[in-house]
Amino acid sequence: MRTSLLLLLATTLFANEKDSFFMKGVTLFPVASPKVENTTLLVVDGKIADIGLKSAPKGVRVIDGKGLQVYPGIINSATNIGLSEISSIRETNDTGELGDFNPQLRAIVAINPETEHIPVVRANGISTVITLPGGGGGFGGGGAGIIMGQAALIHLDGYTYEEMEINRTAAYQMRFPTMSSRSFDFDTFQTTRGSFADAKRRFDTQMAEINKFFAEARAYMTAKNAKTPGLKVNVRYEAMIPLFEGKAPVMITASKKREILAAIQFAEAQKIKLILADVRDPGSAVEDIAKKKIPCILGPVTQLPPEADAPYDFNYALPGQLHKAGVKFAFGSFANQFARNIAFEAASASAYGLPYEEALKAITLNAAEIWGVGDKYGSIEKGKYADLLVTNGDPLEVKTDVKMLFIQGRQQSLESKHTRLYDKYRLRPN
Amino acid sequence: MKHFPLTLFAAFGLLAADPPLVVQNANILTVTKGTVKGSMVVENGKIKEVGEKVLVPPDAKIVDASGQYVLPGIIDSHSHIAADSINEGSISVSSMVRIEDVLNPEDAAIYRAIAGGTTIANVLHGSANAIGGQNSLIKLRWGKKADEMIWDKSQPSIKFALGENPKRQGNPTGGRVGAGNVNTLRYPGTRMGIEDVYVEAFTRAKEYRESWKQYEAQKAKGETVIPPRRDLQLEPLVEVLEGKRLVHVHAYRGDEVLMMIRIAEQIGFKITSFEHILEGFKVAKEMAKHGSAGAGFSDWWAFKIEAYDAIPYNMAIMVRKGVLASVNSDSADTIRRLNTEAAKTMKYGGLTEEEALKLVTINPAIHLKVDKYVGSIEPGKDADFVIWDKHPLSSFARAQQVYIDGVKYFDRDEDASARMKKEAAKKALEDKFKSEQQRRPGPAAGTAQRRPQ
Repeated sequence: MRTSLLLLLATTLFANEKDSFFMKGVTLFPVASPKVENTTLLVVDGKIADIGLKSAPKGVRVIDGKGLQVYPGIINSATNIGLSEISSIRETNDTGELGDFNPQLRAIVAINPETEHIPVVRANGISTVITLPGGGGGFGGGGAGIIMGQAALIHLDGYTYEEMEINRTAAYQMRFPTMSSRSFDFDTFQTTRGSFADAKRRFDTQMAEINKFFAEARAYMTAKNAKTPGLKVNVRYEAMIPLFEGKAPVMITASKKREILAAIQFAEAQKIKLILADVRDPGSAVEDIAKKKIPCILGPVTQLPPEADAPYDFNYALPGQLHKAGVKFAFGSFANQFARNIAFEAASASAYGLPYEEALKAITLNAAEIWGVGDKYGSIEKGKYADLLVTNGDPLEVKTDVKMLFIQGRQQSLESKHTRLYDKYRLRPN
Repeated sequence: MKHFPLTLFAAFGLLAADPPLVVQNANILTVTKGTVKGSMVVENGKIKEVGEKVLVPPDAKIVDASGQYVLPGIIDSHSHIAADSINEGSISVSSMVRIEDVLNPEDAAIYRAIAGGTTIANVLHGSANAIGGQNSLIKLRWGKKADEMIWDKSQPSIKFALGENPKRQGNPTGGRVGAGNVNTLRYPGTRMGIEDVYVEAFTRAKEYRESWKQYEAQKAKGETVIPPRRDLQLEPLVEVLEGKRLVHVHAYRGDEVLMMIRIAEQIGFKITSFEHILEGFKVAKEMAKHGSAGAGFSDWWAFKIEAYDAIPYNMAIMVRKGVLASVNSDSADTIRRLNTEAAKTMKYGGLTEEEALKLVTINPAIHLKVDKYVGSIEPGKDADFVIWDKHPLSSFARAQQVYIDGVKYFDRDEDASARMKKEAAKKALEDKFKSEQQRRPGPAAGTAQRRPQ
């Protein structure tokens, strides 16, 4: 019945060839449900309209995907894509604005749609990314601020950032003060060790500043809601209102147990939604994270262990341990250079204890859910956007080729600066 | 080194006491002779036999590797692990300094590298200068002393460097602010100046060589002559001219590679390899003709302007155009997974499994001139090998056991079971430290601790 209705509507429905098609002969890995072998997929107006139809409705473009595998497009939950081109060249970096409290800054407005990084990561099956206003530290800024601005959730197909936008306020990026007595000085290439008392004092001072800013912003909101006469607009406080109203979460970078526990305590006291970022060495804080159901964005699985005497597989094994404890997480690169490898990071976690299905979820459905768009993205289900990755094998295997990528039903070019140079020099006469 | 007959005898006695080792039921990826489903016999640190059926010595220790894979130990041709300092950056020609003098056998990076299947690392001087210091090829014999890690089969070698790093101190605004002391300018500050450093240094080296030749000739005639003063800076360069010292060149861009090849041809020496080369794909023809190897990153790019044209297809083009290629790490992180770094060449450019495996085994062995001893599973070669639970080109593969010279240096199960013990030992040490601190005041707070780098 529904099929015939579709057929009836076919002439108008499939007028737009760009985001409607019928793909046959594929094995579907919907992520939210078990795989379906040798099936079909109907995409209408950029959304998944049907799965398993015997034949293509009249007028629709047919793609023969014989022997290919279809997955949801991959989501990288932490990048600087669009904001950073070459990490060591200041002029090409728009991460890490001056100042400690910048909730009003929006990564979305600085995204360069023509960045070479977009085609490069797309070629590896990534359809959606979080772009952070602050970098992971290092060159190009991003180390110093406390509230660095609003992270944007974007898909990677558009002429302008408005066309790429999914959510311009996906989260407020915040760096929690660390209580470290060690610091590295780039001028002298020395690690210096201060006293714990000094580190604690610095931490307390910064925490006091943070609490003061939040208190003032909240007072501003209260005054605004009460229509207090004479209240002057304060852009920074104004920008905090969605956070206080629970419309957007704060994503706090906190790697070690002490900072993680402090961040959780802080978010609870402030009654704001929390996402933990770059969790590396949580220790027993894992239980708190699980119990309070705080989602996490994990940094590269392949980074080095936190201490010289930590187990060699410390970071490989961490995602498996977090999963076992009941923590929900997604993977992010926290930089651009290796952003295309996010699926291989997930694979490393899987080799050391994370169940395969969970590794796949951490770069698809879990990520979509953590970013509040699980109803539209992250899995292959009727009604969801057709963000589809088509491969000749397991996308977590390094050697697998990406054959096609669709974003909202639109087939993407898999060309990039890299394939162009490849084609040029491959053909250089000998 | 002195060899007293007694210690020699004792050493042989010890070796003889080591029982032979037989790895059974494995998929043996020999790299040079295809895949053998069967067994491998190891005796006296060497591979004795590989085959579907082998003769098992009566006293042999058996390792069952059913369903698992044996690959030669991975060789990383470009690393900086296990070195307490990397750069002597005060001068543009630092050929007199040696990595072997600063090797730190207790660097945790060594153990992590073995646990990722790497058994040999070429530990290089840094890239702060056009002509850097002397490198050390080490076998990752974790737990041994530095002298015992330096491999006696290795060739002497030296590091050269091109591009942004060696010119940074002469062109401070062009580099990363704060990295190194940029207040003191040091020649050169351009790629033109880098070429000149080679010309000037080798001009001096040739004069130096000539002065010794003259001295030897006069001495041979029976004349009484004063020998030239030894010059430790120029001696290694003379060795380069005479083909006795390998030259490993830090290189990114195609144009600087071409410059290096031409200047080397003009001066009269050969470049062994271009290291972590990013644009080998642009000048593969010239590299192949010169006969230099190309060791590359799998997919690094965009971290600096000279890395903006880096492409992951680099290795595939070099291989197809006849360059002896390998994948290197240059990183304590990547050295732990060179197997999957090699696998990326299958994705980018379509190399075969065999070609991909060669990039981290026999190819670096050839370019380091040690392929007689390592790089493949063949009788007579050193028993440096890794047992992987899955095919080593899979993202899901894990190194289970790692052997160097037939001695086991890593075992995943043993590592796991030793953790409790290590934790307890660490706790005991911490407790002891705390109780001692309570008894006497420690050093003043805020004291800077110098690290050697």
